[in-house]
Amino acid sequence: MTAAAWLRGSAVVFVAALLQVVIVSSLVVAGGAPDLLLVVVVVLALLRGSIPGAVLGFIGGVVVDLVTLGTLGVTSLILTLAGFWAGRYGETTGRDRRFAPVIAVGTITVLAGAFGYVLHYLLDEEVVAAHALVTALAPAFVWNILLALPIHALVRAIVGEGERVELAPEVEVLAG
Amino acid sequence: MSRQRSARSAALGLTVRRIPTTIPSRGGGPLRRRLVVGLLVLASLVLISLSFRADGSGPLSGVESAGATALRPFAVGFERVAQPFRDVYGWADSLLSARSEAEELRAEVRELRQREIQSAFALQENVYLRRLLDYADGPRFPADFDPVVAEVIGRPAGAFTQAIVVAAGSKSGVRVNDSVVTADGLVGVVTRVTSGTARVQLLTDEEAAASAIDIRTGATGIVRHARGTRETLVLDRVRKQDVVRAGNEVVTAGWRAGSLSSLYPKGIPIGKVTSVGQTDTDLWQQVQVDPYVDFGSLDAVLVLVPTERRR
Repeated sequence: MTAAAWLRGSAVVFVAALLQVVIVSSLVVAGGAPDLLLVVVVVLALLRGSIPGAVLGFIGGVVVDLVTLGTLGVTSLILTLAGFWAGRYGETTGRDRRFAPVIAVGTITVLAGAFGYVLHYLLDEEVVAAHALVTALAPAFVWNILLALPIHALVRAIVGEGERVELAPEVEVLAG
Repeated sequence: MSRQRSARSAALGLTVRRIPTTIPSRGGGPLRRRLVVGLLVLASLVLISLSFRADGSGPLSGVESAGATALRPFAVGFERVAQPFRDVYGWADSLLSARSEAEELRAEVRELRQREIQSAFALQENVYLRRLLDYADGPRFPADFDPVVAEVIGRPAGAFTQAIVVAAGSKSGVRVNDSVVTADGLVGVVTRVTSGTARVQLLTDEEAAASAIDIRTGATGIVRHARGTRETLVLDRVRKQDVVRAGNEVVTAGWRAGSLSSLYPKGIPIGKVTSVGQTDTDLWQQVQVDPYVDFGSLDAVLVLVPTERRR
């Protein structure tokens, strides 16, 4: 990934983090709000790979935790793992699949919600499981799924896709 | 395996050619990949540990404060840009949720359409801030406190916390545990402070609680968030012999016992009792309270700073 691509990716994550904190979190419909930053990190990881996904997830998490004065590192940890997993999915089974962004965003929304709940529980913060895992997560899941493809198209237009240089393992057998 | 294939190909007189197709190569080597993610996870865990133990002091607090201060202009800028969109969203949301008032809303829509959008937003903001100022200058404002007007600039994501971030910090005299109100009533309490921003734990947070009193009957209890709801409160620990009725107003009790005192000043409105229930097995009455404050649409708040601190 080139320096320009890193810069563009970081800028996208920075803007997404601020938008998430300032406006998107308050767009509560049916008990939950979309997680724009999570969707952006997953999409970036699918487009650029697991290492950029993890690094940009970490950066986005730090920005969110700093702006909201939350426990530093919590969002970073969740988004680092989300970015890494999405990147690995994009590099392996999700490669060239049309609905890979939807599948990755949907799966990671659920996993990140569950992991976030466990993490906050471990930090001795009072969280109601029914609210965190059902009331808020279900609408967030729907929101994120709806956002996945448009955000994927937008981020691909801004950041572009990773290089394609590796040789395939297939061979062609020529008779004679 | 490949050697066998080559031998077989040679024996059969076949030519094997690699197909130069292209596939994404973005993952880096497995070792590098594991190293990067391992370091990032480790960094996150270190940050969590330090942040969790910092308790408002230490080097990380300085870094956090500096980071929050550096990001504050961006947050304020985004807030300004986002405000019209949020107002539009709030307007649309209220349309959906107020079906019973369809006629009123239609009239409001017609009226809103006639106004120029920017002036409408400015008017709304003025009205809100004027109410805050009227409240701060009025007799209902708690004695011995000065108001610090603070714009709401952030809302933490997710379902784990009910909090807001406001654009006023230690430079304005704000400290941890200062009460936060609006003209409608109690909002919450300050839980973290940097030089220019503060985090406010809302009364709807699972960990928030306030001692309260029914001003009509004198029944006392603790107001806390009703589990499983978004913005409903309960008045807990109300004795069975106390009389509480639907419609009664609940305000902060503001107790003092020796050197200890309640976080919240006395007499700040919290909400109205909507239902009262009790069972034979429960020790306390179950009192539901509808808060006066609309926690989902806070634009600006007043932080109550003790007058003696400002002298």
